[in-house]
Order: sequence, then structure tokens, then C-alpha cells
Amino acid sequence: MSSVANLATRLEKLIGNDRVRASEAALQEVAIAGRAPMAVLKPRSAEEVAEIVSFAAAEKLAVVACGSRSKLELGKPPQRYDLALDLTGLCQIAHYDPGDLTLSVDAGMPLNELAKALAAKNQFLPLAVPCCSTSTVGGAIASGIDSSLRQLYGAPRDFLIGAEFVDGTGKQCKSGGRVVKNVTGYDLHKLLIGSLGTLAVITRLNFRAFPLPDLRSAHLAGFPTLEAALNFHASLLKSGLPFSNLELFDSNFSTLLAGFLNEVSGSALESLAKQGWHVFASFEGNTSVMERIQRELRECSAQAQAACSETLDMQSLQQLSGALQEVFDWLRRAAPCVALLRIVLPQFAAGDAMELQRLAKQSPLHSAFVLRAYNVAYLALLADAEDASTKTALERGVSELFSCVEAKKGAATLLHAPLWLKHRVNVWGTKRPDFPLMQRVKLAFDPQNIFAPGRFVGGI
Amino acid sequence: MDSALIRELRTLLGPANVLSQKEDLLLYEFDGSVEKGRPEAVVFPHTTGDVSRVVKLAAKYQVPVVGRGAGTGLSGGALARGGGVMVVFARMNRILELDLENRRAVVQPGVVNLDITRAVEHAGLYFAPDPSSQKSCTVGGNVAENSGGPHTLAYGLTTNHVAALELVLPDGEITRVGSRHGDTPGYDLCGLFVGSEGTLALVTEITVKLSRKAEAVKTLLAIFDAVGDASRTVVEMTASGITPAACEMLDGWTLRAVEDYIHAGFPRDSAAVLLIEVEGLREATESQAASIVEICNSNHAREVRSARDERERDLLWKGRRNAFGALGRLAPSNYVLDGVIPRSKLPEALEQIHAIGEKYGFQIGNIFHAGDGNLHPIVLYDPRDMEQFKRAIAAAEEIIRMCVALGGALTGEHGVGMEKNELMPLLFSDADFDLMRRIHDAFNPDSSLNPGKIFPLSKGCGEIRIRNSGQAAGTQA
Repeated sequence: MSSVANLATRLEKLIGNDRVRASEAALQEVAIAGRAPMAVLKPRSAEEVAEIVSFAAAEKLAVVACGSRSKLELGKPPQRYDLALDLTGLCQIAHYDPGDLTLSVDAGMPLNELAKALAAKNQFLPLAVPCCSTSTVGGAIASGIDSSLRQLYGAPRDFLIGAEFVDGTGKQCKSGGRVVKNVTGYDLHKLLIGSLGTLAVITRLNFRAFPLPDLRSAHLAGFPTLEAALNFHASLLKSGLPFSNLELFDSNFSTLLAGFLNEVSGSALESLAKQGWHVFASFEGNTSVMERIQRELRECSAQAQAACSETLDMQSLQQLSGALQEVFDWLRRAAPCVALLRIVLPQFAAGDAMELQRLAKQSPLHSAFVLRAYNVAYLALLADAEDASTKTALERGVSELFSCVEAKKGAATLLHAPLWLKHRVNVWGTKRPDFPLMQRVKLAFDPQNIFAPGRFVGGI
Repeated sequence: MDSALIRELRTLLGPANVLSQKEDLLLYEFDGSVEKGRPEAVVFPHTTGDVSRVVKLAAKYQVPVVGRGAGTGLSGGALARGGGVMVVFARMNRILELDLENRRAVVQPGVVNLDITRAVEHAGLYFAPDPSSQKSCTVGGNVAENSGGPHTLAYGLTTNHVAALELVLPDGEITRVGSRHGDTPGYDLCGLFVGSEGTLALVTEITVKLSRKAEAVKTLLAIFDAVGDASRTVVEMTASGITPAACEMLDGWTLRAVEDYIHAGFPRDSAAVLLIEVEGLREATESQAASIVEICNSNHAREVRSARDERERDLLWKGRRNAFGALGRLAPSNYVLDGVIPRSKLPEALEQIHAIGEKYGFQIGNIFHAGDGNLHPIVLYDPRDMEQFKRAIAAAEEIIRMCVALGGALTGEHGVGMEKNELMPLLFSDADFDLMRRIHDAFNPDSSLNPGKIFPLSKGCGEIRIRNSGQAAGTQA
């Protein structure tokens, strides 16, 4: 292992001294769970990334790639962390064919800048992920964090058509291509989605773009009971109406949501202050589609005996859609001590949701629950202090939730938690039968185990 | 093949489930491609356990194993290029479970694609991947090749409709990847195995996602007097953000052959037709159809017809789906190519295909998925005329090279198999192959599963053994 000073000098020779930072302040910026690397590198090209990774592989240095660093906390803290690879220097749109609705973009490109370029051609990328004002395209894909438009547009695996990346041997590789239909070779780019940088350093991503919708609208309904809200939610799912987002949340979540909206915009919908459960539905299309869906939503709400039901105006729609896109970010900061779980169940019956809530509300904790698209729920365990009794309750709550979810043949992931808790529970849940196959994939991509070692499922 | 292996296979599966006579094996040396490769034994397992035991036995005798569904593949993916044991899934053809509420079906790999839809359509559901061979091709084959079809344009390839797989690895281990309901933590292994062309594992059970039938469907037939007008219509439609459920093109030469055979209603004097389908809410399909008609007319469509009822719609689709059969009446054999281009390059690509046809002395027809740029040029040839066959292959290669030069890919839905493995370097570098090889070797280190596929023989897995079973590798029909 090289000394810090010597290492920085050698890295400067590799990519230039203006691309290497090793000051304490610079290192602390990229620290993960209190652990800082020895240097922060900001390559300008995929070739430089390859040189750095080759160097790291030869020296057996652990590399963590990052963009805006908004989701660096996901997973376990890496067991080793020598070099931070800041990819924000790779920020060009390499290729954009609006006529083909395809694009190829560098990993460090901020999502909001990309959105502007696409909007100029009346198109967009349905990566409605949290921390959208800073997130990079590469970070959105590597983190695998949920997009709030998944109900209509699918997950990234449905519109990521190719990727370029540097593997653990320092070679520049690619998979897929720039066309919307392609079965040439193994779909390696799908493996990169949600891999938290443990397989390769993503340098460029190819996507299928989508036309911006003519109009958007949304509806919010309130219900006195979970059963009524779930029935309404299920009836919307079964209706076949093309909702872009459908979310169901409890009153604690509503209160926190209202607090977040007040913080960012100075106002929040009055309906959110009402007790009980809410169902938010957003949709898009032409005028006649909007009218039809709004009409059916009013009818369904009436049949479901909703306590309140309203079509949102454009300002409320934008506020609420934006806040629901950002759930991960504000929910993790909603109390002094928060454990945020992502839970997938075969189905969320009322009994299931009640049981999860009960386990989350271990005294003195309170909780917030939101059921998102595709049987995914976020459940936050919130504590107003981080004292011994709170810690005990938090650990017990999270452990019992993992057991409960796995007993129901579901899966849970701890998206956010205090570091001490991450060390005490398995943030990824119990290993699944395909874990040995994942290890094989990891070894093939990263034979020296230099990419974010230990961060991923099962300690990969 | 070692007669002891045949004896052991018979003991394992029963004599009725093992073929080893030359005349029986002949049937299995072809698929829908121009390639050829004869297995040394064919077995018909009934259970996952059978498959595992066969694989272990083959490993003991060090012979390769190749999976096969209905043999309708178009790239030689299910041919025994290295001889060995062919595992035919025809008798693992049960739908194991239907979960209509959660829109899932669990099926064995030998289930015919369309049979899933038939089993669930009463509930308003269907299985979206719709290869032209869907009446006969199997779901296992669809998974191996990541098959597409006309409606891929809106709904994606097979990979978008598979939730979980049960696999048998080359050492006989039985394992599972993916999750029946929603995504679970970890690498997207389902995404890796779907489309891996039987080179990583044998798939023994598939959990598929079922789609909900659209409330409204409108099927349009746009008729053009010039091929360029039809292709420019597709470009303009794509650029304007309209995504139909399907957008198929037949050129004049092809549609005349189809019309003579099927009588689908394609005008024989037209230069090209577009078969366009929009699906969704009534309110959306009406306006989408109106926009499409407008774009067709602005590109000089002679006429745009709308199917008046289900019968007319079925007839138009029958013409499309049976087109390759219709062409079979014109020549002893045809070579259906599969390349992809960016949709904005469609007019240019069709012009180049025409020029390549003239260069090699073929009339090359085009019937393809225009909406997603997936070309299917068809070269008619006589396989008994070796010189003509060689010209057909050369023309095909030039067309695929053209696709790559335009920014496209080697295959949109048929797979690489042994048809295009030597063309892979057009797209992939040594570093790309190196990584793909490591992934291959992570699961199939001895190349005992489906050897000689995907990778160029010169660059592929160093240990790929192409055994001489009397059908030399690469020997054409």
C-alpha cells in the first residue's frame, strides 16, 4: 500500500495535478460513514477513468465512484475506501437523436441539465429520482433508487438501452447499443442498475427518451380507514387507467409531507392536514384523456366513500409530485434519528400494512408509511432523540420488520439508518438463493474486489 | 457418442424419452435459420430433476448440452454445433400456476407462447411478447433469445415480461433468480440470463408477467406508392412522439407474395404498406390514430384504411404473421435477416438494402418492425446452388455491416447464435469480449452448454470445443 503523499503524487502524474485532491477538506467531502479516502480524483474522460482503475487494480486500492454524492449512504459502508472517483467531470451529451428518441450521455451529467436539453425537443427521461436538483445520470442508475414515474414508464431496466463502463481490470467495456431494440450479446448494462458501483465505473449511459406529455393532472383522495384507502388504491390499479404515479400514505406521512411542502414552498394542501389515509394519483395525456380519468376518479372516490376527493390544480400537482419524487431525501431527514426501509411484499393487504406499522411504532418511536407503485412501500421509523431506549426500540423494530417481511415472502432493504444501526442489522436482509450467482458476477467484473468492497448485498 | 452414455440416458429417462438413431436425429439438426448442426442424442425431460440429472450425466461423459424449444429460432441458437446431447423441452409444457390477481403465470419452458395468452385471455390478460412464430415457439426459447415481435415497439422484449427463472447450471445445480413479485435487492440476474442464448444455464421454469388487454385497439393500413414515402412516414411519426403499439412495413414485392397466398387485403399495385396499431384508452387511440393518418397523408399515402372489426384486424395481422410462409412459395429457401438501425435512418437503410440486392443479383424483400428500426430483409435462394447460397450469405453480411455503420446493431430479436457470432467484432472490442467471456466462464466454465454460440470462435471462450460430429461447425445447409 502506498503512502498518502506518494500516492497523490503518482496519481497527479497519471491524470494531472489539477485533477487530484488530497486536502483534509476535500477528503471529508466524500467521506462515507466517517471514513475518508486517501485522494479524490476527477477524471475528464473515460480513458482517464480506465487509467485510474488500472492503477487502483495494480495497487489493490479500493475505489468508490460518485456523482453528486446524494446517495452515497446507500448500502453498507465500504470495508475499504482508498480513492473517491468524482465523475462530474464527465458531463457531455455524447449523442442525441431526437428523431429516434435515443440519447447517450456521460455518467456525470446532472439530471436537471439533461432534462433541459431534452425538453428543448419536447422529450424527457422518466428518471424521476430523489435529489433531482443535484443527482447525476450515473448516480441515478448506479443507486437503483426508485423513480416516482415507474408505474407508467417502468424501471430503468425498461429504458436503459446500453452502457459504457470501466471494469475492475481497468478496461473500457460496453454493452447494448444506441438502438431501442437490441439483443446483441449479454445485457451487462442491466447488471449495473442498482449495483452501487460494485461492478464497474459507469462512464456513459444510453437511453430511450420519451415525448413530454401534453397535459398532466392529479387527484388526491382521503379515507378514514386503511381498508377503504387500500380498496380505492386497488380499484385504480385494476381499472387499467394509465396512472403515472399512485401512492397511498398514512396520516403521519401526510403530516411530514405537509411540513416538507411548507418548508420548500411556504404552503401545503389543506387536505393533507386531515386525519386518515390518502391516495395520490397522477396521470397524463390529451384533454379528453384527462377529462375521462378525472371523471372516473371522482366516481371511484364517491363509491369508496372518500372523506375528501379533489382534482389538484397545477401548482398543487407540481408541489405534491415533486415532494413524492423526493420522499427518500426528506423522509431520511424527517426526525433526529430515522431508519428508512424499502419493503416489497407479494401484496399489501390491510393486515400486512397494519402489522408493519405496529412493528414500526415501538415506543418511543413513531412511523410514516407510504405504499408506492409495484408493491413497494417505504416505512420510516422516526425517533425524536437518539438515547439508549430509542436505540433499543429502533434496532428491535427494524429487526422485527425484516423478519416479518421475509416471513411474508417479501424483501426489505434499509435505505437509511444511523451508522450504529447499519453495523447491527443486515441492511440488505437475508441472503437469497441466488447470492452465490451474484458473487460469480462480481468476480467476473471486478476480480480484485476494488469497487466499493462490502457495500452491496451479502457483503459483496 | 459413447454408447454407455446413451444407455445411461435411457435408464434415466426411459427409452421413449431418448433418441439416438441417425434418422431420428436428422429432424433436430435444423431450426429456422440457414445453419445446421446435428446432436448425437436427443432427450425429452419431464421435470427439472430430469434436466439436472441429464446435465450431470453429460458432464460425466464430457459432452456438450444444448437446450431447444420448438426449433423455430432464426440464428441457430438451438442447434448442436458441438454435437452432444440436445435437451428438448417439448414435454415440459405445463402451465404450473396462474395468479390472475397479481398478473403472473408460472410455466415450464416448453409451453407454447400463445398458450399462455389462451389460458388467461378470459380475464382480459395476455402475454405480451408476440414473435411471428408464437403459435409454435416456446416460452423457454423466447427467454433464451429474448424474443421480440411486432408489439415490442410499445411493450418491450421478452426480458420486460419475465419476473423470475428456475435454472439448471452446467454442473446440474438447480437454482432460482429474480422474484415473482417486484424487485428484490441484488444484481438483476434475470436481466442477464434472459437473452443469454442458452450459454449460461438451462431454464426450467419461468414466471412471466401478464399484461392487461387494452380497452381500445385501432388497426390502420396505410398504402403508399413509393417505399420512401412509407419510410419517411415512420421517421416523422417517431419524431413526433407517437408510439403506436406496432408499426410494421411490407414492401410491394413482399406484400404481393403475401396477398397471393393470404388475401389479407394488401393492394397488389402498391409500393409499400404500413400496418399500424394503436392501443390504450378510447380517447387516446382516437386522437393518436387521427395524428397518424395526418402524417401518412402528408407523406403522400394513397389511402389509409382502418380495420372495421376484429375479423378485418385479424386478417391484416394474418397477412403479416404468415408472410414468411408466403415467401416460401417463391423459392426453395429464404434467409430472413435481422438487423437494427436508428429509426431516423430508415429511408437510407432501405435504399442501401436495395442497392446491395442489385449488387448481388437478388430481389431482397422487406417485411419488418419499422417502428423500432428492426429490419428483416429477406433473401430468396436455392440452397442446392452453392454459388447462389454463398452470394446470399455475402449479401446478408453486407446488410448487417450497413446496419452497424448506421449506428445500429447485429440483431434486434433473433439472437446472435451461430449465425452472427463471427460478426460480433463489428460491435465489440477485445475488452468487451474479455468481460463477456468472464461472465460466460463464471457460469459455464467448460463451455459445456451450447458451445460455439454468441462468441466468435477466434475470440470466444478459449475452451469452446467444437466437436466433429460429422456436421462440421459452420457447415451450411
